[in-house]
Amino acid sequence: MQAIVNISLKEGVLDPQGRAIARSLGDLGFSEVNDVRVGKQILLDVDETDPARLRQRVARMCETLLSNTVIEDYSIDIADET
Amino acid sequence: MTLSSLVSLRVAITVFPGSNCDRDMMVAVERLTNRRPALVWHKEANLEPVDLVIVPGGFSFGDYLRCGALAARSPIMSAVMDHAARGGAVLGVCNGFQVLTETGMLPGVLIRNSGLRFSCRMVRLETAETMPSPFTAGLTAGQSLDIPVAHNEGNYFADEDTLYRLQDNGQIAFRYVAGSAEGPANPNGAARDIAGILSNNGRVMGMMPHPERAISPLHGSSDGATLLSKSLEALMS
Repeated sequence: MQAIVNISLKEGVLDPQGRAIARSLGDLGFSEVNDVRVGKQILLDVDETDPARLRQRVARMCETLLSNTVIEDYSIDIADET
Repeated sequence: MTLSSLVSLRVAITVFPGSNCDRDMMVAVERLTNRRPALVWHKEANLEPVDLVIVPGGFSFGDYLRCGALAARSPIMSAVMDHAARGGAVLGVCNGFQVLTETGMLPGVLIRNSGLRFSCRMVRLETAETMPSPFTAGLTAGQSLDIPVAHNEGNYFADEDTLYRLQDNGQIAFRYVAGSAEGPANPNGAARDIAGILSNNGRVMGMMPHPERAISPLHGSSDGATLLSKSLEALMS
């Protein structure tokens, strides 16, 4: 099964990269952009058939390694929960 | 500079793929102690008894995922955490500081420099008034040190509660202050101008500047040698 982890910076954590992108977008005429925050997506292909168990394991992975919970939030999507 | 009394001091330096200040640190410590520190590969799960572990600067595991994240989960770091849990002293420099925050041995995290630029230059540090710690015992509060930084993610971040706690407990070891000829005081936007912090028992220190790069007048400063030798002396006594 495939799990998709989305990692984003917590509110209040400075994102200088996002700020630079926002400024560039403004320069390119996208003046409607107020703010940009950059995150990352991690795709995991996992030997697991039970979506609930997969979700639980991936949450453990996020807490253990994939995210730094001091500055980052994470969310998990399971690709084919059918 | 060599202090012959330090020859019995046992120092280990961890080495990860992508570390690039391990050798410089080894040279610096050997000059000060007359004894070569042990270089310990990241896959080692055991650490011989030592007086100080140094986690050096560099780009461990290519800074993949987050700076220091993969190194923090390597076998040797479990052994370093055990060493620290027994009250052992640990110094993390630059990427080593990032590794120590990723293990949770030190609070907070080092994020991207606020100016988005790699910062590589001399900075001036002011020694803060700290809790008892071997890393500041030989320095006086207010003492300034010129030591270079070289990093892209040195912007110290922690929530306000943590910052107040660090301040109240005397866990802030060094702050960036004005006086360096090469640019603004704070090279990376670090909260409270923090350049280095201590663990809550004072035995673990992380700092962004590189003391091993300021050990000779040819480096433009010997203040790194002062910091290291005072720390080593304090660990001997």
